Amino acid sequence: MLRALQIEPEKCTGCLQCELACSYQAEGVFNPAKSRIKVFTFHDEGRFIPYTCTQCSEAWCMHACPVEAIVLNEETGSKDVLADVCVGCKVCTIACPFGTVNYNQDTKVVYKCDLCGGDPECAKACPTAAITYVDADHTGLARMRAHAAASAN
Amino acid sequence: MAWANNVLRVNLTEGTTSNEPLNMEWAGLYLGQRGLATKYLAEEIDPKCDALGSGNKLIMTTGPLTGTMASTGGRYSVVTKSPLTGAVACSNSGGFIGAELKAAGYDMIIFEGKSPRPVYLYVENDKVEIAPADEIWGQSVWAADEWLHKKYQDPLLRIAAVGRAAEKGCLYAAVVNDLHRAAGRSGVGTVMASKNLKAVAVRGTKGVGNIKDPGAFMQAVNAGKKVLAENAVTGQGLPTYGTQVLMNVINEVGAMPTRNMREVQFEGASKISAEAMHEPRESDGKPNLVTNAGCFGCTIACGRISTIDRGHFSIENKPQYWGASGGLEYEAAWALGSDTGVDDIDALTYANFICNEDGIDPISFGATVAAAMELYQIGAITKEQTGGVELKFGSAEALAWATEVTCRGEGFGLDLGMGSKRLCEKYGHPDLSMTVKGQEFPAYDPRGIQGMGLTYATSNRGACHLRSYTVSSEVMGVPEKTDPLVTEGKPELVKAFQDATSIVDSSGLCVFTTFAWTLEDIAPQVAAACGGDWTAESMLEAGERIWNLEREFNLAAGLTAADDTLPKRLLTEPAQTGPAKGNVNRLHEMLPKYYEVRGWNEQGVPTDETRQRLSL
Ligand code: SF4
Ligand code: SF4
Repeated sequence: MLRALQIEPEKCTGCLQCELACSYQAEGVFNPAKSRIKVFTFHDEGRFIPYTCTQCSEAWCMHACPVEAIVLNEETGSKDVLADVCVGCKVCTIACPFGTVNYNQDTKVVYKCDLCGGDPECAKACPTAAITYVDADHTGLARMRAHAAASAN
Repeated sequence: MAWANNVLRVNLTEGTTSNEPLNMEWAGLYLGQRGLATKYLAEEIDPKCDALGSGNKLIMTTGPLTGTMASTGGRYSVVTKSPLTGAVACSNSGGFIGAELKAAGYDMIIFEGKSPRPVYLYVENDKVEIAPADEIWGQSVWAADEWLHKKYQDPLLRIAAVGRAAEKGCLYAAVVNDLHRAAGRSGVGTVMASKNLKAVAVRGTKGVGNIKDPGAFMQAVNAGKKVLAENAVTGQGLPTYGTQVLMNVINEVGAMPTRNMREVQFEGASKISAEAMHEPRESDGKPNLVTNAGCFGCTIACGRISTIDRGHFSIENKPQYWGASGGLEYEAAWALGSDTGVDDIDALTYANFICNEDGIDPISFGATVAAAMELYQIGAITKEQTGGVELKFGSAEALAWATEVTCRGEGFGLDLGMGSKRLCEKYGHPDLSMTVKGQEFPAYDPRGIQGMGLTYATSNRGACHLRSYTVSSEVMGVPEKTDPLVTEGKPELVKAFQDATSIVDSSGLCVFTTFAWTLEDIAPQVAAACGGDWTAESMLEAGERIWNLEREFNLAAGLTAADDTLPKRLLTEPAQTGPAKGNVNRLHEMLPKYYEVRGWNEQGVPTDETRQRLSL
């Protein structure tokens, strides 16, 4: 079964545990500045919204890459950057409509979410289950259930 | 090894900055943050110096776990000599700037001297710049925050700043970071402003990587997170209700100081409680509380994000306050509410917003307004001083007005900005000031919770609940239940809480974890991150060392055993209602024994033996 990250912003507290877990897994440092998932604060509305790559099927970044440095991981469905192939041209960062592929000035190649190879650290770290890793065919299940419960009342 | 091993020294007089390695020998004895920065302060300044003179220093300090994934590992402290108390000040704050400073590669920043003109400090990893702040001097914290974010075009910049109250000399001004988190107590913001330092803006992209034993660390971190999640207070109470979970509880215990601590129960408590914050209001059907929020890395998330009813008199024509911002914590709700007799939750939320906007400590402020209201009631303060305002207990309008004038440092607000002790002295009734060592009381009446009387009397920073929260034991039964009306065993209890809290405050973690964590949960995280043999026992001993270090600073600053006392009201006027009815605080039954268990002589001075035992 293919799984996907399901994000429920209304549960998020903005604690950044997900960013810490992500950066630690990927870079070996606790460093939100290097996280693949980002949590945005909308202060005046009192909202926190985590955001990361949704792993598009026809991924813009993958199609745009001139050197085929972004490849499909058949097992997890993620689109992974081959760091040793990437030339740092940043075309993918322009192609991605969501902004989830970014350039790293230290390594001089791009980086993006790769679902940690099928065991995403952000989902494990999140204390409120705002991020879960669920059946890719049913990321709407929790919301359907909530509305079903509401209509039952 | 979790520390960045890097201190940034900023000489504001000369306008220069320099770096130096952290004193690792001291780090081994004092760990970090509160303990370690106090050691630096004690070594570097004359304890008798004028707190607002250029001889005082101000240290912004992280702990070794700050910036790591340890739950709540985002704390920092501001350590300096307090202008309110003349004692050592250490005010702890969450939010995000502490972790950002660590990620930029620093354990602490030591500010020295005084800038000839208003400046702010900009830190972007190794790039450090002292820049003119003329455009934001005279502005609020929120305005300064906005200006800096715009100037650097960087939404991720983390900012700590002081507001107008601090500039105007309010003695309990706070350093506010991330808009509504604050190093709140003892006037640390006043010291910052006295140095002509308006703000510190930090962007750190290096992160924290030098964990001694990463495998053991992640294991300890995950185990700790699990304990917090499964505990009723940290897993449910605090996220759902925030610290406000205490309002109704403490009122029932009969330890809710009311109307300048004349009474111990507030009839309006339920109207300003956590439960009330969840209640949809009539006007728009929305509750006061929008959501809870976490500080950096925190899996508890006690923070309150609130809105005020748009139709409320305080903000009717002020759209700038219509959005969500930091809501009421228990301490603020008590000081602004019960202590002033005001039960209007929107008025309290408004007062709280502008305490954040201009950076004042809502505890000291609320308690000072309460004292002013009593002075007004007995005619010692009249409309002549207030410019016609009826400064009556229970008046939401008076509270809103008092907050505005104090935050802006205008008119009678300058009197209120002196704090309760100086205000009551000025108007001829020093006994009406509910303070210890010049600092106002927090929200637990020591007639109803005896251990808190000893806590307040002996606190190294003046009246404070965060120096030894025996409420945990005396009311909530954590780690074990003791009788709040009994004094026996309290000296030992207070000492144990003081020592444990000192070391938690030195680690980078939030003290609220200790509702669920003991040092047995914390030590493995510290040991794995830092190396060395940090155990629960060695941490407790370091905590005791820190407590004694602070005590010695205060003694050298001129404080004596005579300052370890409580206002007459709490020692002679019995509680009139509730379970504590008939009780005063029986400090005299506890204090001598406390000195004894501390290893201090009868003058409250650590004996040579104690000093040696603690390698002081
Ligand atoms: S870990 Fe969860 S609650 Fe915390 S910021 Fe990330 S998504 Fe939000
Ligand atoms: S418990 Fe509350 S104050 Fe402490 S770190 Fe978490 S959100 Fe911040």
